[in-house]
Amino acid sequence: MNVIETRNLKRYYQQGDFTVKALNDVSLNFQDGEFTAIIGPSGSGKTTFLNAIGGLDTPNSGEIIINKTDISSLNQNQLIDFRLQNIGFVFQSYNLIPVLTAKENVEFIMLMQEREKSERDKRSSQLLSQVGLENEVERRPSQLSGGQQQRVAVARALASKPQFILADEPTANLDSRSTNNLLDIMLKLNQEEDITFIFSTHDQRVVDRARRVITLEDGKVLSDIIK
Amino acid sequence: MSTLIKIAWRNVWRNKIRSGVVIISIVLGIWAGLFVMAMTLGLNEQRMNGAISTYLSHVQVHDAQYSKEQNINYYIQNKEKILNKIESDNNIKAYAKRTIVTAMAANSNGSYGVQIVGINPAEEKKLTSISDKLIEGTYLNKFKRNPIIIGNALADKLNLNLRSKIVITLQDINSNIVSTSFRVEGIFRTSSSMFDEATLFVKMDDLEQITGLSGQIHEIAILANSIDNTEKIKSDLNKDILGSKAETWSDIAPELGYANEMMSRFIYIFMGIIFLALAFSIINTMLMAVLERRKELGMLMSVGMNKSRIFSMITLETLFISALATPIGMLLSFWTISYFGEVGIDLSIVAKGLESLGIGTRIYTFLPRQLYINITFLSLLVTFVSALFPARRALKLNPVEAIKAL
Repeated sequence: MNVIETRNLKRYYQQGDFTVKALNDVSLNFQDGEFTAIIGPSGSGKTTFLNAIGGLDTPNSGEIIINKTDISSLNQNQLIDFRLQNIGFVFQSYNLIPVLTAKENVEFIMLMQEREKSERDKRSSQLLSQVGLENEVERRPSQLSGGQQQRVAVARALASKPQFILADEPTANLDSRSTNNLLDIMLKLNQEEDITFIFSTHDQRVVDRARRVITLEDGKVLSDIIK
Repeated sequence: MSTLIKIAWRNVWRNKIRSGVVIISIVLGIWAGLFVMAMTLGLNEQRMNGAISTYLSHVQVHDAQYSKEQNINYYIQNKEKILNKIESDNNIKAYAKRTIVTAMAANSNGSYGVQIVGINPAEEKKLTSISDKLIEGTYLNKFKRNPIIIGNALADKLNLNLRSKIVITLQDINSNIVSTSFRVEGIFRTSSSMFDEATLFVKMDDLEQITGLSGQIHEIAILANSIDNTEKIKSDLNKDILGSKAETWSDIAPELGYANEMMSRFIYIFMGIIFLALAFSIINTMLMAVLERRKELGMLMSVGMNKSRIFSMITLETLFISALATPIGMLLSFWTISYFGEVGIDLSIVAKGLESLGIGTRIYTFLPRQLYINITFLSLLVTFVSALFPARRALKLNPVEAIKAL
């Protein structure tokens, strides 16, 4: 079953006299439980594509249907709520809330979803345990290593029980050990929770572990390989 | 909401130095504003009380014509009836009868135009504080023949000392020019150099002998139990004292009332200027905080934090800063205003200027409780309004732009 369907996505930017075609007629579908890497050189449209399917950017034309909802028909407030309920984000620079502990960072998303305290407690502890941080729950981001922070970010992305997780260069700031550790955790969660992961990446280690690899170039799909 | 409060509170302490500077500037702003207010009000209160206690009293009764032209023949016609009314009024604490004539005071050193006030010393003592303001001599109870009390400003000008002779020339009741010598029994000093220069006190009996008046008076000065009762006393007296007229201190010396009104407006303008400066300082600081946290705010928007929550978070941060600073500012103000309200602030360095305005050289700060409450609410309101701009700026962030560098 398709979680995400995109049809003829176009996203153009004007830069002086030039029109940059960041997405040029991209049509891609993603199914439940995928573990997909989107690769391509800088400026190929990877991040623009993630922003578009994440409801953060609006394409000039084309359709994005997530779980049968055409997100281009949603207004700003509906989009914010849609993201909260359906999409998990993992960023390159982790971007945790520095004044909250690891547990509070994970709980925060559920709090915005207005989940019960007992459920928040249980799920945040469970997720932090799944990412191997059961002993670091009370630490703030500044007290954690980069790899640990990114694992908290993954736990936070999963906390809202999203349909899929978008990860923009999640391993870019991590060393090999942390990268492999993070990928192990994400693969395990992908299998256990049946959550779709879509990465934009330059990292060959991510590409090697992905089950589907899409290559973008100049805003177009160059290849789409399912291993 | 509790997590938003937690985040906002912790955000306040992310940059302790910056938050500390804002808190200190709010504290100092409130303190400076309130202290200047208290000084201004204290100064005005002193000027008013000084005028009332030195001479003016709360209410004065004159012949209706006397109020327009201070002629010796315009004495109070229905004196007994008015005095009976005064005696029976429970709102009145004390009163004194006065005979007043304009005259020329002279000695070998020069001559000055003055106002001679004939008083009954025992009666006047209950009403005004001249007897307490004597810096030399006694209060019309030592010399048997023609004692006079003068202000130190006139004493300086005419080089007069205790027991010095001074010649008073005036027009009597029959329009004849008469002169009599008086001997200085006391020298007073009030907070008004103008008053000290132009007002002299003699016994009413002595003045009657010179002027030809016999029992007639020009003025009845009245001290109320409370300053709030002055209007009532005035209106009660004016009901049936045909030919005479009761006036309050603010009718007689409207400049005191105007000064009161002007000061009360001025202090709000002054406070407004201080709060405006504070508002810009808060806007600047919070705007910096928002722009520094652009990425974080972009992330929060991306993961689904809605606009009202972001707005609340920024506004709460600002309100927390104000909620910390305002009580400290208030306590500091209350303490200093209370302290200087007791011991006063010595302004003898500008004594001449203050005395020419009728103000003493020691200012006692004073601020009504209501003003503390008003300023607290005003401070919180200003902070809230100042938070709107940075909060609005945060809402305008585009999450894609904000997280671009992520």
